[in-house]
Amino acid sequence: MAAKQLVQIKVNGRLREATVEPRMLLVHFIRNIPGLTGTHVGCDTTHCGACTVVLDGKTVKSCTVFAVQADGCELMTVEGLMQDGKLHPLQQGFKEEHGLQCGFCTPGMLMSSYALLKKNPNPTEEEIRWGISGNLCRCTGYQNIVKAVQFAASKMDKGAKDGQLPNIA
Amino acid sequence: MGSCRTSPEVGGMGHSIKRKEDLRFLQGKGNYVDDIQLPDMVYGHIVRSPYAHARLKGINTAEALKLPGVLAVITGEDLAKANLAWMPTLFFDKQMVLATGKVLFQAQEVAFVVAEDPYIAADAAELVEVEYEELPVLVDPHKALDPGAPLLREDREQKDNHIFHWEVGDRSATDKAFEEAEVKAKVHAFFPRCHPSPLETCGCVADFSPATERLTIYLTSQAPHVHRTLFALVGGIPENNIRVISPDIGGGFGNKVPIYPGYVCAVVASLTLKRPVKWIETRSENLQSTGFARDYHMTAELAASKAGKIQAMRVKTLADHGAFNAAAQPTKFPAGLFSICTGAYDYPTAFCEVDGVYTNKAPGGIAYRCSFRVTEAAYLIERAVDVLALELKMDPVELRRKNFIAPHKFPYASPLGWSYDSGNYDAAMQVALDTIGYDALRKEQAEKREKGELMGIGVSSFVEVVGAGPSHTFDIAGIKMFDSAEIRVHPTGKAMCRMGTKSQGQGHETTYAQIVAEELGIPAADVTVEEGDTDTAPYGLGTYASRSIPVSGAATAMAARKIREKAKKIAAHLLECSEEDLEWEPGKFSVKGAPSKSKTIQDIAFAAYTNMPAGMEAGLEAVDYYDPPNLTFPFGTYICVVDIDKGTGEIKVRRFVAVDDCGNIINPMIVEGQIHGGLTEGLAIAFMQEISYDENGNMQGGTFMDYLIPTSVETPHWETGKTCTPSPHHPFGAKGVGESPNVGSPAAFVNAVVDSLSHLGVKHIDMPIAPWKVWNILKEKGVVS
Repeated sequence: MAAKQLVQIKVNGRLREATVEPRMLLVHFIRNIPGLTGTHVGCDTTHCGACTVVLDGKTVKSCTVFAVQADGCELMTVEGLMQDGKLHPLQQGFKEEHGLQCGFCTPGMLMSSYALLKKNPNPTEEEIRWGISGNLCRCTGYQNIVKAVQFAASKMDKGAKDGQLPNIA
Repeated sequence: MGSCRTSPEVGGMGHSIKRKEDLRFLQGKGNYVDDIQLPDMVYGHIVRSPYAHARLKGINTAEALKLPGVLAVITGEDLAKANLAWMPTLFFDKQMVLATGKVLFQAQEVAFVVAEDPYIAADAAELVEVEYEELPVLVDPHKALDPGAPLLREDREQKDNHIFHWEVGDRSATDKAFEEAEVKAKVHAFFPRCHPSPLETCGCVADFSPATERLTIYLTSQAPHVHRTLFALVGGIPENNIRVISPDIGGGFGNKVPIYPGYVCAVVASLTLKRPVKWIETRSENLQSTGFARDYHMTAELAASKAGKIQAMRVKTLADHGAFNAAAQPTKFPAGLFSICTGAYDYPTAFCEVDGVYTNKAPGGIAYRCSFRVTEAAYLIERAVDVLALELKMDPVELRRKNFIAPHKFPYASPLGWSYDSGNYDAAMQVALDTIGYDALRKEQAEKREKGELMGIGVSSFVEVVGAGPSHTFDIAGIKMFDSAEIRVHPTGKAMCRMGTKSQGQGHETTYAQIVAEELGIPAADVTVEEGDTDTAPYGLGTYASRSIPVSGAATAMAARKIREKAKKIAAHLLECSEEDLEWEPGKFSVKGAPSKSKTIQDIAFAAYTNMPAGMEAGLEAVDYYDPPNLTFPFGTYICVVDIDKGTGEIKVRRFVAVDDCGNIINPMIVEGQIHGGLTEGLAIAFMQEISYDENGNMQGGTFMDYLIPTSVETPHWETGKTCTPSPHHPFGAKGVGESPNVGSPAAFVNAVVDSLSHLGVKHIDMPIAPWKVWNILKEKGVVS
């Protein structure tokens, strides 16, 4: 067994550190060290996207990243989406448009959608479908997820125009 | 919302209120089995067989046990000492928990390693040395009954691979109808082995506490009470000392109905080590070893007049159940509800026979988003009708409409013994035709054919049979298939509702609350619904077979009505009148002719604890165990339009219209969501998915790389519509909907592709219809070179 290493990751703005085996997957770090169990494991082969998180601004599937690779990085999980006790427009959109059923894919979907809207605040339906195409959902058939992202995009756009909504972190 | 009896604020039936359960899921605060962390918890990992059929010559656990952090390695021989090496399946068979003697399918459970850390457990599993002697492998079910076929199940008295023969209907009358028929149609249709693959795999945490002598099992279970009883019966643990908790479940679709060896091993390990043991399967383990579905090799024949009147149906089916008949189905019929295969059509005669066989494949088959073989049945009849339409050179819509059971014929006695509760099939068909613009599409298709372009229109008018079930026909281990609801109204007028079912994403926390809102006028927002904890919920049989609303939903209404009866007595006491002088509207009783004299349900709830009439028990609560008088029969018409790329064989679903009739609807938003999801699963089955095996029994679909789940890009835009034909026997006329789209859609997809090629003489293509299959046909027919 390789020597353990100290890993420090800023998770949702808070520094989390642990001495872990180099083979520890990032998803297990997230779930076990800070105990943030919103990030799920669904497939082991990087297909399902239930473990999607935002690492230094980019979405990664945290089952295919070692925790040591994320050392010194900033990481955002679904638990970091709410701000000031308020649901993020994406979270609101998923609820309003019935974009979730069992909820297992939802955290990963939210993170992919979040990264998509950061990059492209007004995506077309096709762009949304491609933007979440790395995340599998067995329940919804995606249609209401697309609507949820559209809901959020429109709300964020309106908020930005009204100056009410800060540019989301 | 014009037809709703309650206001949007109360949120009774018909309101698309937003889901109560969403808030926690959206924040990453769901509580799935793998999220459970207990002090001193240890981790299990299963050693699995690489061979599909092999003699087990020996297991050496010494090296594994030497690894620091490893606590135990359990083998079949260890379990045999406790009489637990085998366990009963849910359908009159048994299966090995851990292999003894031999293994019968690839990835079969051979040993269970327990360690302080899941990584160490996985390492140790690699160190368990198992010696195998390979045996001849039986993969093809058609060869299972050959004289030279290897005998798989040496444990049985019967020395062949035959599990059952089952037949229903009138064989001689059917044969006679075929002898005399003017037109006959025949189709061999294989419904491939597929897998429900909920995004959350199966798993458990077994926690035996020596301090309390109680065993708590956190379980990915669609049927927690039944599982508790089975653990008690099989494990010999007093049932009061077992608590099964199904926390949030990340999708089930039938996959989480059976009890799997991993659960039993975790329980044994926890009882032995006196520590909590977590076992979570990987995706490959889920695909390779847990309940698959379908694998039905079916032949259907229809006899008809030249005018297109169907006269009889004859069905012969070979069912591949894998190594153990672990069919998770509670009917008394070996092929479940397959005899719904006569479909939506009115004819007097049918005969259906099914033979089940063992092969060296994973055991099953479970009902994947369908009521025990209804999907196979619906697919078969809807395919057969299209083949008949080709024989008759008749439009498939016209043929269906000529043969639909007329609305006045309900309740309708089907030739294979069902009593369909209600239906209006032509109405659903008409909505579907109007929505999609059928006539214009046929015109477009004719024009395209002239130009050599390929498009197809596929129709499926399915009938389901769901809501298991009447106790005379349905049970699990003898336990009748009622289901339950318990409602407690608190002094402040808020309520708690506990159920015998268990949501896996269907939105029960919202819909059951809406039933209470409808029946009692307590706002749905004020009703908390709880499921899945066998210590607190009333006994129930669980959620599958679209049974939650038909059975537990009915129980909720009945329990609420019991509460309303008591509330009426309290209201009469408070208003100083007789009960006969009171009238009810959702939320309050008022005096007839004096509507200002009224008491709300909240007033009454407070009085139930503070000011009840003399001689009345305090409290306002009720429980109901509902035994449905019949099943329910949802139906619908789905129409699919596909365009085929001749160069690649790629199939594009241009439009898909799903018109469903599931009776009265509680929450239209949730119903629509169920339909979207089920259609997407149907799409996957029709075009992408198959669990296949090579000649050595190696499973070919063991990851999501090989077993394809549609993404948002492959999934088309779904169009939904509805008609409403209430169930006459259900307390509020509901029928259940979760499975309809998965049952009804495969035939629509396949019919559309076949229709696009029918002018070339194509009558049938087996699922999954991948582009290469279409391309091969085009090549064979000389359409492409």
